[in-house]
Amino acid sequence: MAKLRTRKHRVVLSRSVGGDAGITFILTLLGIFMFLPMVYVVMQSLKPLDELWMYPPKFVVMNPTLGNFKDLFTLMNDSWVPFSRYIFNTLFTSVGGTFGHLFIASMCAYALAKIKFPGGKFVFKTIQTSLMFHSTVTAITSFILMSAFKMVDTYWAIIIPAWGYTLGLYLMKQFMDSSVPDTVLESARLDGASEIRTYWTIAMPMVKPAWLTLIIYSFQSLWNAGSSIYIYSEQLKSFNYAIGQITAGGIKRQGASAASTVLMMAVPILVFVITQSNIIETMGSSGMKD
Amino acid sequence: MSRKTAEAKAVARKDITYAQWIRKEMRRNWVAYLMIAPYVIIFTLFTIVPVFLSAVISFTDFNMLQWPNFVGLENYINLFFADDVFLIACKNTLIFAVIVGPVSYLMSFLIAWFINELSPKIRSLVTLVFYAPSIAGQVYLIWGTLFASDSYGWINSILLETGMITTPIAFFQDADYVMPLCIVVALWTSLGTSFLSFIAGLQGVDRSLYEAGAVDGVKNRWQELWYITLPSMKPQLMFGAIMAITSSFGFGGVVTALAGFPSVDYSAHTIMHHLEDYGGQRYEIGYSSAIAVVLFLIMVGANMVVKKAISKVGS
Repeated sequence: MAKLRTRKHRVVLSRSVGGDAGITFILTLLGIFMFLPMVYVVMQSLKPLDELWMYPPKFVVMNPTLGNFKDLFTLMNDSWVPFSRYIFNTLFTSVGGTFGHLFIASMCAYALAKIKFPGGKFVFKTIQTSLMFHSTVTAITSFILMSAFKMVDTYWAIIIPAWGYTLGLYLMKQFMDSSVPDTVLESARLDGASEIRTYWTIAMPMVKPAWLTLIIYSFQSLWNAGSSIYIYSEQLKSFNYAIGQITAGGIKRQGASAASTVLMMAVPILVFVITQSNIIETMGSSGMKD
Repeated sequence: MSRKTAEAKAVARKDITYAQWIRKEMRRNWVAYLMIAPYVIIFTLFTIVPVFLSAVISFTDFNMLQWPNFVGLENYINLFFADDVFLIACKNTLIFAVIVGPVSYLMSFLIAWFINELSPKIRSLVTLVFYAPSIAGQVYLIWGTLFASDSYGWINSILLETGMITTPIAFFQDADYVMPLCIVVALWTSLGTSFLSFIAGLQGVDRSLYEAGAVDGVKNRWQELWYITLPSMKPQLMFGAIMAITSSFGFGGVVTALAGFPSVDYSAHTIMHHLEDYGGQRYEIGYSSAIAVVLFLIMVGANMVVKKAISKVGS
């Protein structure tokens, strides 16, 4: 302990070399387990046909080619519904669902976090509790409700439920709690600004990390959405579903399948790389206090 | 005068009853109700109402075509006493959740903790490596290629080359392998929201606590973890647990994609699959609602228990 006290200015105090080595070792092993399959997808997507069918299979690609991506686009052009339609469907529902969610959820989060009114706590508690179950539980009864509202087999069946996405609201509310100071809002109110104005012009610009996070979470889940029980018209189905149909063509489409996986994963990964620091900042206030 | 003290004064007033005060407060804050209305309406319609509707329908024989009849507990009795596949599904779901939930939770925390002291650049790179599988869409299908059933599958070819097996193993068609493999793949995709929350939580621990701890006789990093780090990030631990548990019950999609539906001998059939089978394919809505209610109770129950346990950390 005496030795430690002399180095009190250092933040990291109680460390051992053995421990550091052990942790590095475990971390490396886990890192390999996580990363290798990702690398393998990329390798597969670049392999020419003879390498895909080589025995024994090699991990690394020897003569990389973009042939699989070309095949994928040829297959897309042959599909019955033009492929641009699937892309449009996914983009339209992703954008519509995300922006509606951002607007509606952040407005609700502001009121729950910054205005004290009877019932507010109860509403938030209820929303928080709904984080405890998976949406598949409600899928079938939602279907019944949607058929009652005549929403089945329209874009609305995807877009409107996305507006009520729970995690986004939860993270936004927690972030507003911790990073929008009451005093600032108070002085705006004294100046005669309405609540809606205060929310839009003062609180929202202060929670940029949270709305980026909310956009990304919502976009990701909509982007990755495959077939839905609410949609059966071929013309309304998602990009992900269509890609799945192509690659379900069996073993001979292995290359094209890998190429499509690479394309589909590139978007969310790229978005995460750009926004990582904002997401982590939002997560800083994600904690649940009771 | 701040809003809080204004309210405290309002409560202290004796000239109006509590109900009158509530009504007054509600009228004064009408804007708040306006602001929460759009979200709350949609949330109610697509989350709250379906839960209660499931509970109601689970006591009927609704099938989307005929007007439902009340059948009492029949669906639940059939579920637990006449449906062998449901019991298999229950068993598999529990095995899945009991392994994937805690392991992914621990893995998320330990990795976040290990990388906490790396430099920011390296930390964000490592974060990406661990987090990527959970956001990269259907990338888990690659496990199907790695474990392909013929000798062109990577794992099979290695086993063949080294002479450990003589004929390739059909991993995803073999009841002995399906469940363990699906668990591995589920773990692989499980470092999600809770992982990010832990990273942020660890970053937020007050550094001066560590120095104070060292002075007070904290000897190694494990003591530091138990006495300082864990108690100060309890809210994140709570949130992370809920995320981990909820998603550990929701891995049906991974199983369907890799092992097909239904999986061989129902070896990886989960409650979620059972629900989809009766609700989405056979349209036995009454029966599937009973399944949904059971699944709902299991999920919320597990979350409640774990929440209780975590609130004891460090105290």
